[in-house]
Amino acid sequence: MPRSVWALPPVVVLAVLFLYPLALVVQQSLTPDNGGGAFDAYARVFGSRAFLDALGTTVWLAVGATLGCLVLGFTLALVIAFVPFPGARAVAKFIDVFLSFPSFLITLALLFVYGTVGMANGLVTEFTGAAEGPFHFLTTPWGVLLAEITYFTPFVIRPLLAAFSQLETAQLEVAAGLGARPARIVRRVILPEALPALGAGGSLVLVMCLNEFGIVLFTGAKDVTTLPMLIYGKAILESDYPAACVVAVVNIAISVGLFGLYRVVSKRAGA
Amino acid sequence: MLVHSRAGRWAAWGLFGLLFLPLFALPLLVVVAASFATYWSGALPSGPTTANYAAAVRGESLQALTTSLITAVAASLLALTVGTWAALAGAALRRRGKRLLDALFMLPVAVPSVVVGLAVLVAFSRPPVLLNGTGSIVVLAHTVLVTAFAHRSVSAAIVRLDPAYEQAAASLGARPAYVLWRVRLPLLLPSLTAAAGLCFALSMGELSATMMLYPPDWTPLPVRIFTATDRGSLFSGSAVAVVLMATTLLVLLAVSRIRTRASYR
Repeated sequence: MPRSVWALPPVVVLAVLFLYPLALVVQQSLTPDNGGGAFDAYARVFGSRAFLDALGTTVWLAVGATLGCLVLGFTLALVIAFVPFPGARAVAKFIDVFLSFPSFLITLALLFVYGTVGMANGLVTEFTGAAEGPFHFLTTPWGVLLAEITYFTPFVIRPLLAAFSQLETAQLEVAAGLGARPARIVRRVILPEALPALGAGGSLVLVMCLNEFGIVLFTGAKDVTTLPMLIYGKAILESDYPAACVVAVVNIAISVGLFGLYRVVSKRAGA
Repeated sequence: MLVHSRAGRWAAWGLFGLLFLPLFALPLLVVVAASFATYWSGALPSGPTTANYAAAVRGESLQALTTSLITAVAASLLALTVGTWAALAGAALRRRGKRLLDALFMLPVAVPSVVVGLAVLVAFSRPPVLLNGTGSIVVLAHTVLVTAFAHRSVSAAIVRLDPAYEQAAASLGARPAYVLWRVRLPLLLPSLTAAAGLCFALSMGELSATMMLYPPDWTPLPVRIFTATDRGSLFSGSAVAVVLMATTLLVLLAVSRIRTRASYR
């Protein structure tokens, strides 16, 4: 009996639970059970304003959140690793715990911080006596962007801290001894070492932002629709399964393509 | 040490505190504070109460907690079995077969969770297997989502395993099944428990796929939190969210204790 036979049972389980359902989604998008010719659903969805809007919103939110996470994560990781303070290890531990919580908790928290009756608006109205606070961005795409940056930054910090711990501190001392200022050391010594980790963390965050659902759902904004929200709306709220399957196929194509890119980048980074 | 001057160091720490505290520490504190409040109209919450928690541990919320626990434990065990089996079988394959298997088991991470939910819903709402409307369809979807993480952490641990132990056991006449059960699995135990903890945490917080297919009598905690906040009951929703966080943390803590005991062996 060849050894590869042992790989069959888990592959069969995966095929039944995951590959067969996925194939059905593709099949439903092409030839729906309830009639309609091939590609009818595609023509209908691609021609609709809502789909194009959702696609645009999804992409710009994901790209914006990824850039934000990279800048913020790099800054924070830099301080944790190279300007250590008492409690820096506790902060690293806290970040690990943060990762095990679901994303929608961040949106829930932001409702209390920046919501119409929240901390920030409460502070302002108490001081100025105005009837309403100035913060109303939570139900706009900016609220989603803030929540995504908050939730996904730890996914950048973690690989960066791992990469920084490999860095020879003597290099920094030598550079400083030769008269390089901190900004120059960061640019010329630390950043080149961190690039692979930044690439790997950034592409992972990009994929996760494209697929994020909980944060957008909890925001409850009518005008912020991303691809996963559109799938949920079409399938569950409108019971339009063919359209949901079409959007799903588009979403799969984008995120599997990007995930393949992430695998290539992280292999290069040796992660 | 990157910054040598005292002022420069304080500036870096100040920047760190300014970014870190409002962004990461404040959200969790705010949810905890809100869970003890009745209203929040000023800078700080007011009307301290424990009524939110009293409501969070009985009735529908308690049912949601047990639903979540059952779902997470069942999905983690299933995912751990399938993922570990695949990782062990993959380690015995040649290079190309192993890479194919790895790619196959990573695929559920790349596919959006909402799509996984939709796919499982479409597939099991029709013959031959009708699961729509039962709790097991939620367990199945969670299993699909977390198997990838179980597979990844166990196969990373197998690569680090010292082959000398199993070779020594085999040279003393132990059969493959015995080597697996008495040598390889015990050596893998720390990473198995770590993977179990990860799967459990992910399943406890899963919302995207669950929203697509949960039946009314099988609502896990995240759905319960969503329906509460969607109705406007932000404060009782926060209490349920704190219960969710505390349960996840407790289980992760318990699992990490098993890990440290196993690594002393």
